[in-house]
Amino acid sequence: MSKRSVADLKIGERAIIRSFNDQLMSLKLLEMGCLPGAEVCLHCKAPLGDPICLNVSGYCLSMRRSEAATILIDN
Amino acid sequence: MKTSPVIALVGNPNAGKSSLFNQLTGLRQKTGNFPGVTVDKKSGPWSIDAHTEAIVVDLPGVYSIYPKSLDEQIVTDILANPEHPDYPDVAVVVVDASNLRRNLLLFTQVADLGVPVVLALNMLDVAQKQHQEVNAVRLAMRLGVPVVRINARSGEGLEPLKKAVVTQLNAPALPRQLFFDPAEQVGELIADTKGSYQLENNYLALQYVIQHDGFSFLDQQQRRGLDRIIDRYQFREPEFQASETITRYQRIADVMADAVVDRRPIDQPTWSQRLDRILLHPVWGYAIFGFIMLLIFQAIFAWAQPFMDAIDSGVAWLNGTLKEQLPEGPLTDLLTDGVLAGIGGILVFIPQIAFLFFLIALLEESGYMSRVMVIMDRIMRKFGLNGRSVVPLISGVACAVPAIMATRSIGTRRDRLITILVTPLMSCSARLPIYTILIALVVPKQQVLGFFNLQGLALMGLYLLGLVSALLSAYVLKLVLRSKERSFFIMELPTFKLPRWNHVGLTVWESVRSFVWEAGRVILAISIVLWVLASYGPGDAIEQAENRVRQQNPGLSGESLDNQIASQRLEASYAGHFGHFIEPAIKPLGYDWKIGIALLSSFAAREVFVGTMSTIYSIGSGDDDGTTIRERLLTERNPDTGGPMYTPALSFSLLVFYVFAMMCMSTLAATQRETRSWKWPAVQLVYMSILAYVAAFLTYQALS
Repeated sequence: MSKRSVADLKIGERAIIRSFNDQLMSLKLLEMGCLPGAEVCLHCKAPLGDPICLNVSGYCLSMRRSEAATILIDN
Repeated sequence: MKTSPVIALVGNPNAGKSSLFNQLTGLRQKTGNFPGVTVDKKSGPWSIDAHTEAIVVDLPGVYSIYPKSLDEQIVTDILANPEHPDYPDVAVVVVDASNLRRNLLLFTQVADLGVPVVLALNMLDVAQKQHQEVNAVRLAMRLGVPVVRINARSGEGLEPLKKAVVTQLNAPALPRQLFFDPAEQVGELIADTKGSYQLENNYLALQYVIQHDGFSFLDQQQRRGLDRIIDRYQFREPEFQASETITRYQRIADVMADAVVDRRPIDQPTWSQRLDRILLHPVWGYAIFGFIMLLIFQAIFAWAQPFMDAIDSGVAWLNGTLKEQLPEGPLTDLLTDGVLAGIGGILVFIPQIAFLFFLIALLEESGYMSRVMVIMDRIMRKFGLNGRSVVPLISGVACAVPAIMATRSIGTRRDRLITILVTPLMSCSARLPIYTILIALVVPKQQVLGFFNLQGLALMGLYLLGLVSALLSAYVLKLVLRSKERSFFIMELPTFKLPRWNHVGLTVWESVRSFVWEAGRVILAISIVLWVLASYGPGDAIEQAENRVRQQNPGLSGESLDNQIASQRLEASYAGHFGHFIEPAIKPLGYDWKIGIALLSSFAAREVFVGTMSTIYSIGSGDDDGTTIRERLLTERNPDTGGPMYTPALSFSLLVFYVFAMMCMSTLAATQRETRSWKWPAVQLVYMSILAYVAAFLTYQALS
């Protein structure tokens, strides 16, 4: 079973954060409210599909696709 | 209570911290530096009772006590160091009630450090519109600190805030227990650290352990001691920090469940989100951004023109009047041609800078600037830059000094360094007068394709040349400067808001003031030095030159005699000698000694170029509109060929030279301050000079 990450979400799709695969990046993401168990929703993408904008814990957070790929989600 | 207690404002970006600061201090605020660093420190007095005036310090916005960029470092540096001169007696933590969960993370960290706090609950109206009810009393009970409801925009709730602050000052009340106590998990490590460093607070001890490399107040020995403690207990910092954040959020969720009623409808996009769909759209996003850029250029070049003309003629008038009124002599000359000409050269840029910062402040206030960073990040990344580099690059069109200061928000050191190094390649407003005169000289005033002005196109070409070279240089620097540090771009997209006009006004005022003061001093000093170099020569060479003119041209009189004399005196002066000295080096670019003097004089500030040219070609003072310079340059003959001196080859070579050349002392000083090293301004000076020389050489050789 391949693990999906936030980078694989389609616009409007929701998912629950399960874990992170990059420790240093996870410190920054945790502080911004991307917590295991929290729901995220891909709100929109910049032109060229990168960076992306997520709705998480009640606000809008933008990050690069490479950073989103470190957030693993439940299938 | 102390006579002038320090009150720090702490909070997330966009939580309303600056609004509150402006409400409390108004126009009495001032901008300075935090000791030892160049991060802007805004502070101002706030009368909290009849006898006491507190000092309010606005700290940079942060998301947590663990810093991600240079701006953020200062917050931790102050709050973890009670010896710091800006260490607050009370910290007012401003939180956005509509985004309470994330805002409370920082609050709980600040409270745990042992600083007496007041929680200022802001933006309750926004929360209410989103169907969230925040119960301030319950929040205060659960957190164990005073909570005040405020509206930082309208100024409601300032009296209760003042009361709460005074109460905390008189009898600081700390929560009974830490919100997150590290000793629960690593008790021995904390006890050891507290013992070795005489600390009272468990959470502060944890910060010593995790952040000691960033704390400027610890010396080498103390840092090594902390490294040993980490080794002894095999403490794993990232794991612990991650679990701290998760634990805090879990406890915050408990508090929220008790104090907040959230009836937000699921799945309903807010109007901010709907707007984002357009502003980040692959086609519309760039189209709108392009249109706004066009508007900014229009403002800088067209709307600012009447104001600049007015300042220009005002200074010229004052100069003329002073010359008539004051007795003739070197002092009068110094005052008019040296000092006043220098001041005029500074003042004339005020309209452009004001317009630029007015528009940039509007974009930032409304929240659009973060969208620009998002749509530009991918492109910028290709060149070793960052989405956040967009603001410095745009600001660079007005002046590189504030632009370089604006790079502080870029968290990655390498991205920030590259941005600083390439920003001066953006054509700043000081280059504009040079461009204008030289273009008028060689590009015909002609319409092409019906509505484009050929001169306008040439001007745009020069700006594009600057932009393209900035991007390419960034690309080269990206290959040269290797870094283990990873670039990142995790950024909150704030909701769209109406601009706060007092903020916009303050930003414009602040940028104009600092330009006049910071850049002004340098330009003024150089003008005076240049005036001396151009007025005096070795021995009596200057007098001899003057006598020679009088003997050789007995028929001349009046203004043309004065002009001839001025020209010969200049050639005999120190500046003239220098011009002749460097002539061999600049000959391949097509320049003669006169242009050499102009290059020398504008070495420290390029805006001096035009003034020097008028002195060299001895055009009577007061002719500042450029037409006379243009006519004079057109008639200048090349002594070697007999043809016109200012051929297209030479003019374009000079234009290209000024696009690339690092001729601005203020910018180098800014780079030195921001990088805290002499290496990077030196690198900047060398690479841009080489670029300018080579490009000008190629241009001249290709066209002549």
